[in-house]
Amino acid sequence: MARVRRMTVQQDREINAATGQPLVVLEKVNKHFGALHVLQDIDLSIKRGEVVVVIGPSGSGKSTLCRAINRLETIDDGSITLDGQPLPAEGKALANLRAEVGMVFQSFNLFAHKTILENVTLGPIKVRGVKKADADKRAMELLERVGIAHQAQKYPAQLSGGQQQRVAIARALAMDPKVMLFDEPTSALDPEMIKEVLDVMVELAEQGMTMVVVTHEMGFARTAAHRVVFMADGAIAEENTPHEFFTNPRTARAQDFLGKILKH
Amino acid sequence: MDDVTSNFDLVLSAFWLTIQLALISGLASLVLGTLLAAMRVGPVAVLRRAAGVYVNVVRNTPLLIVFLFVFIAIPNVGYLTDTPFLLKGVIALTFYTSAFVCEALRAGINSVPLGQAEAARAIGLTFGQNMTNVVLPQAFRAVVPPLASVLIALTKNTSVAAAFGLLEATARMRGFTNNNADDRLLIFATFALGYIIVVELISLGAFGLERRWKAAR
Ligand SMILES: Nc1ncnc2c1ncn2[C@@H]1O[C@H](COP(=O)(O)OP(=O)(O)O)[C@@H](O)[C@H]1O
Ligand SMILES: [Mg+2]
Repeated sequence: MARVRRMTVQQDREINAATGQPLVVLEKVNKHFGALHVLQDIDLSIKRGEVVVVIGPSGSGKSTLCRAINRLETIDDGSITLDGQPLPAEGKALANLRAEVGMVFQSFNLFAHKTILENVTLGPIKVRGVKKADADKRAMELLERVGIAHQAQKYPAQLSGGQQQRVAIARALAMDPKVMLFDEPTSALDPEMIKEVLDVMVELAEQGMTMVVVTHEMGFARTAAHRVVFMADGAIAEENTPHEFFTNPRTARAQDFLGKILKH
Repeated sequence: MDDVTSNFDLVLSAFWLTIQLALISGLASLVLGTLLAAMRVGPVAVLRRAAGVYVNVVRNTPLLIVFLFVFIAIPNVGYLTDTPFLLKGVIALTFYTSAFVCEALRAGINSVPLGQAEAARAIGLTFGQNMTNVVLPQAFRAVVPPLASVLIALTKNTSVAAAFGLLEATARMRGFTNNNADDRLLIFATFALGYIIVVELISLGAFGLERRWKAAR
C-alpha cells in the first residue's frame, strides 16, 4: 500500500511539475505573539521540487513561518494553501493535512518510549492504516536509506544526535509527504555530526523533494537550494538564488547578517 | 487468637471484599482519571472546564462526605436504592480517587516535553491518537510513584466503607474486637498486616514497572 501511494505521489509530482502550479502558497500572512508582530505580510510561493532555504537572525520569525505551514502555529490573517487547498482549521482534516507535510525539528523529538523502528512506523500504521508488516518493511528501507537500519531496535536515547535526526527524517518520509519542513535540523548537533544529516538532506533534494529548510549552513544552501529567503524582523527582506544572495546581498540587513556569520 | 484462626474463612472473605473494592475502584479510577486528565489538557474548552470543576469539587470534599452522599443522601431521593453495597462502595471510591489519579497524571503529562506532542501532531496523529500513543504512555511512566501513592490511599480508604456496614476487612475486625477484648492487639495486628500486605504488593508492582520502564528509556 505504501508503495502504491508513493507512486501516486511521484506521478502527482510529475503532472504538477508540468503544469507548474505551486505547491505551497502563503499570501499576506500575519501573525502576532501578543504585541509582537512575528510574521508581517509574508508572501511566499514554493514550487514542486523546489528547495527553499530560509535564513535570518535569531527571532526573525523563521520557526514561526515553518510551523505555520503545517499549522503548528495558527495565523491571524492571510492565507496558506497546500496543493491549492487552504489549511483546515482543526480536527481530522487538519491531521490529514499534517500527514502530507513532513517536519523535522531542531531537537529531533523522537518518541522517547518507542524504538527507532516504532518511531518510523507509528504514523503509517495509525494515520494511513498500513499493516504492521508492510509498515515495518518500508520503515527498514527508509532506515537503510538514512544509514540507521542496524539500530532499528534501539531507543532514541541510545543514539547520537546525528543518528536521531536521521531517524526523524525517516519518520517524516514514512508518511510520503508532499513537502518537508526542516527547522534548524543541524543546530543542536556537534560539528562532526552535521555532515551526516546534511548528506541525507542533499540526497533528498536531489531526488526532487520539495523542501523548506531553515538553516545557516551555507554549504547546504549553495549545493542544494534553488532559492534563499532572508528574513528580518518578521518580514521577508530579500530573496535570491543562493549564489547571488551570498555574493551580492542587496539589503543592508542581509549584508550585516552575512558579515556576522561569515566571520565565525 | 482462637477467634482469629477459627474464623479464618471469614477473615479471608472480608479481605477478599477489601481487595475487590480496591481492585475494581482502582481500575475504574485509572480509567476515569485518565479520561479526566485528557479532558483537562484537551482542545475542547467546555470539557477542560468541566473536568477542572470536577477535580476541584472532589478534592475539596472529605471522603466521608462522599460516602454519606452515595450511601444515604442519594438513596434518600430515590436513586441507588437497590444497588448492592459493593457497587456503592466502588462508586464512592471511584468518584473520589479518580480526581487524584487525574491530577497525578496531569503532572505527568506536563512533564512530557512539548516536542513529543508536536512531533506526533506533525505526522498527522489526532488528539486522541496523540494521547494514547505518545503522551499518556510517557506520562504514566513519569508518575508511577505518585500513582502508586494514590492507589495505596485508595486501598486504605476501603476501610471507610466499613462505617457504612459494608462487610469488608475493617468492619469484620471491629466485630472480633468487641467479642474478644483480650485478643484485641493481636487481631488489630492481623488486620493491619493484611492491609500492609496489599499495600506492599502495590508498591512492589510500582517498583517493578518503574525499573522496567527506566530500562526502556
Ligand atoms: N509561543 C510563543 N509565544 C510568544 N512569543 C514567541 C513564541 N514563539 C516565538 N516567539 C517569539 O517570536 C519571535 C520569532 O520567533 P521564531 O519564529 O522562533 O524566530 P526564529 O526561528 O527566527 O529564531 C521571537 O521574538 C520569539 O521570542
Ligand atoms: Mg527558530
